[in-house]
Amino acid sequence: MKRVLLALVITLSVNAQERVTLIRNATILTVTNGTIERGSVLIRGGKIAAVGTNVTAPANARVIDATGKFVLPGIIDTHSHTAVEGSVNEVSLPNTGMVRIADALTDDDISAYRQLAGGTTMALILHGSANAIGGQSQIVKWKWGRPVHEWLVDGAPRTIKFALGENPKSANFRPPPGMQRQYPSTRMGVEEVVRKSFIDARDYLARRDEYEAKRKRGEAAIPPRRDLLMETMADILTGRIDVHAHCYRADEIVMLLRLADEQGFRIRELQHVLEGYKVAHEIAAHGAGAGTFIDWWGYKHEAYDAIPYNVAIMTRHGVLTSVNSDSDELARHLNHDAAKAMKYGGLTEEEALRTCTINGAKQLRLDHRVGSIEVGKDADLAIWNGHPLSTYSRVDTTFIEGEVYFDREQDLVRREELRREKEERLKKEKDAAAAEKKEKAK
Amino acid sequence: MKRLALMLLAATPLFAQSTIPNNPGVKATVAIRNATIFPVTSAVIPNGTIVFANGVITAVGTNVSIPAGATIIDGTGLSVYPGMIDSGSSVGLIEIDSVPGTVDTSEIGDLNPNAQAAVAINPHSELIPVTRVNGVTHVVSVPEGGIISGQSALIQLAGWTPPQMVVKSPAAMHVRFPRLRSAPLVEVPQEEEAEKERTKGYTKDLDRLRDTFRDARAYAKASAAGTRRLDRDLLLEALVPVVEGRVPVVMHANQARDIRAALEFADEFQLKVILSGAQDVARLIPEVKRRNIPVLLGPILSLPQREDDPYDLLFSNAKILHDNGIQFAIQTQDAHNTRNLPYHAASCAAFGLPKEEALKAVTIYPARIWGVADRLGSLEVGKAATVIVTNGDPLEIRTTVSRVFIAGEEITMDSRHTLLNEKFENRPK
Repeated sequence: MKRVLLALVITLSVNAQERVTLIRNATILTVTNGTIERGSVLIRGGKIAAVGTNVTAPANARVIDATGKFVLPGIIDTHSHTAVEGSVNEVSLPNTGMVRIADALTDDDISAYRQLAGGTTMALILHGSANAIGGQSQIVKWKWGRPVHEWLVDGAPRTIKFALGENPKSANFRPPPGMQRQYPSTRMGVEEVVRKSFIDARDYLARRDEYEAKRKRGEAAIPPRRDLLMETMADILTGRIDVHAHCYRADEIVMLLRLADEQGFRIRELQHVLEGYKVAHEIAAHGAGAGTFIDWWGYKHEAYDAIPYNVAIMTRHGVLTSVNSDSDELARHLNHDAAKAMKYGGLTEEEALRTCTINGAKQLRLDHRVGSIEVGKDADLAIWNGHPLSTYSRVDTTFIEGEVYFDREQDLVRREELRREKEERLKKEKDAAAAEKKEKAK
Repeated sequence: MKRLALMLLAATPLFAQSTIPNNPGVKATVAIRNATIFPVTSAVIPNGTIVFANGVITAVGTNVSIPAGATIIDGTGLSVYPGMIDSGSSVGLIEIDSVPGTVDTSEIGDLNPNAQAAVAINPHSELIPVTRVNGVTHVVSVPEGGIISGQSALIQLAGWTPPQMVVKSPAAMHVRFPRLRSAPLVEVPQEEEAEKERTKGYTKDLDRLRDTFRDARAYAKASAAGTRRLDRDLLLEALVPVVEGRVPVVMHANQARDIRAALEFADEFQLKVILSGAQDVARLIPEVKRRNIPVLLGPILSLPQREDDPYDLLFSNAKILHDNGIQFAIQTQDAHNTRNLPYHAASCAAFGLPKEEALKAVTIYPARIWGVADRLGSLEVGKAATVIVTNGDPLEIRTTVSRVFIAGEEITMDSRHTLLNEKFENRPK
């Protein structure tokens, strides 16, 4: 399967710079500039070169007739654990901000391909939530078939995962016999871990500044010992790393926003934020975004007050809100979650579509490159056989930077090839085993 | 009322009881007219009228006289459907997954045929209003865990006590058919020794299951013969109607080899069997068809087990069963989001199942499979007035369900979620 896909992608990669594709006669859901009926999208060199009803393509262009179909920007999932090798938690300390998820990514997680088949093209891969500060995250595109270093989005902002509530206080986790419970075990302790990390980071910065000042003055000075965790925390304080914070309850949300205000940094995106609707004013005032799943609730106590109206209430209060998955399964149909934002709380169609596209792009600070169908942006988009907010629709073709990474027709052909290949190999194995047995019997 | 309910909500101890108003106990005479009516078992009726009284549908059609004194609902622009039925759910048995005190799904041990969902349904669970306001009016509430998990109950999502909610109990006996748990999900021959080790636990489980059913068969025979007084054995007693073919067994199995083994086991004991899960069912069409057994598919919005499975494996099964004339229904195997049942069904339609079939898979088909099609699953005269009013196709997320009647009683559209929404949507700064 993978090999076949790889071969396909490589063929397509030839002359990626010059290749031109025209998707014509579709309903284009641009997300940022309304809907274009019977419109076309011209893709050149991996970028969107033209959008509209009057787009012409050069003679050598690959033309895709999308009559009756819909084009939506690639869905952006700001909460993923796909393609992580092994555990997502470095559980040994309450603050493991020095570790990086990018060091543990693989390119053979079939989930990436399945997400492409649901129109999802980009994701923020996060650590788990076992620690108050879990580690540095990574923004990727699901370039299935390409080596994993090509999945990492060049120039994407650096990001880090924080976590509040039941998980970092190990409420639902009993340590194995012989292992001590880890601090913290209350929301008080979680706050203290985060606060102390920043206070330590300020000391670290002060020592570094002191050293630099001495050095500049030509005085003898010993450089402070490098500390990767403190450097990470310092980079948050100086705005070089964006914070994405897992949280549930209203109290802990307010706690973190106040702590961030006090320490002088901004929370870029509150993750899950299931009780965000209770403190939407406070979230909006701080300027944090919110990424949430729309209707999961009741799986733990801090999710008992979760309501599907959360997205609509936060949006109405001016919070930049996206729907995201935290799940290999849900990541395949985030369009459903967007539709639910209309059902529960009455967002408009355009507002709903934004929750799974441009809003996530803004939260990742990549909206100048992805998240809508606009000239100059990366050609990350999918052709749907019906309106993406309908439960009866599915994806026909998914593009990343103008290249096809999923195509239903080709998938159907390849799965048949795969089935035959598997059958042959199984037969070979069985025959070989039988022959060996015979040989032994002799 | 809503404000009062909320105050009560705030004042009640944790996870106690929902304060959402229950069914009113009034089975009024109601006529919904000028609506598009989807009886499910017959053609759509534009500009139709449906009348029900004393909890039973008395008329459906275009030329219907409305009884004097009936409450008349103008259905202009609205659609009327039967309530939807989830064939596998744990609504009623669970409140918060991570709080063990609120979870009654899985009994200890592997063999619990005497565990009955019907006695543990919490009529005041917050999940019940959340589920029914999206048009899912009935669920089969299913015990989990072990090998023989227990007896499910088909319940309506309204009632003041568990007996008032139970439509049928036992609905079925549930067997989680033993599977090769630790084996890698590949089908190439394994090293002989390793294979032996892996199959040890499996064989043991299978033997225990077989022994239990043999004992039950013997117990049934001895009871029927009445030759001598038996010390009662509640475990075996629970299996008597099963081995006598009066209560169906739901065999939960997903992989082809496990489904096959489950079917052969059912043959051996001549059980009335329903397949559940059945992810690999497309590989076993002749075996399933030959036995004429129904299949409960779902959750549909779920991942295939093997990495080389087609991405749409679970979306496509329903179409394959339909094309082969095999009876099926769609289930969520969820609790908190059993309300999403219609979208599991719609996802099958996105991959080739006709839309009308997707609707049937959550209405009349489950009613037939569970033996309650005389009361539920369609809008027909004489059936229970379990009716939902919508502004469109309930299998579309964007559709709103505006009214729900269960057995003729109009249910409040309030839920924990709507009340929290009302409390906070206009919160002052």
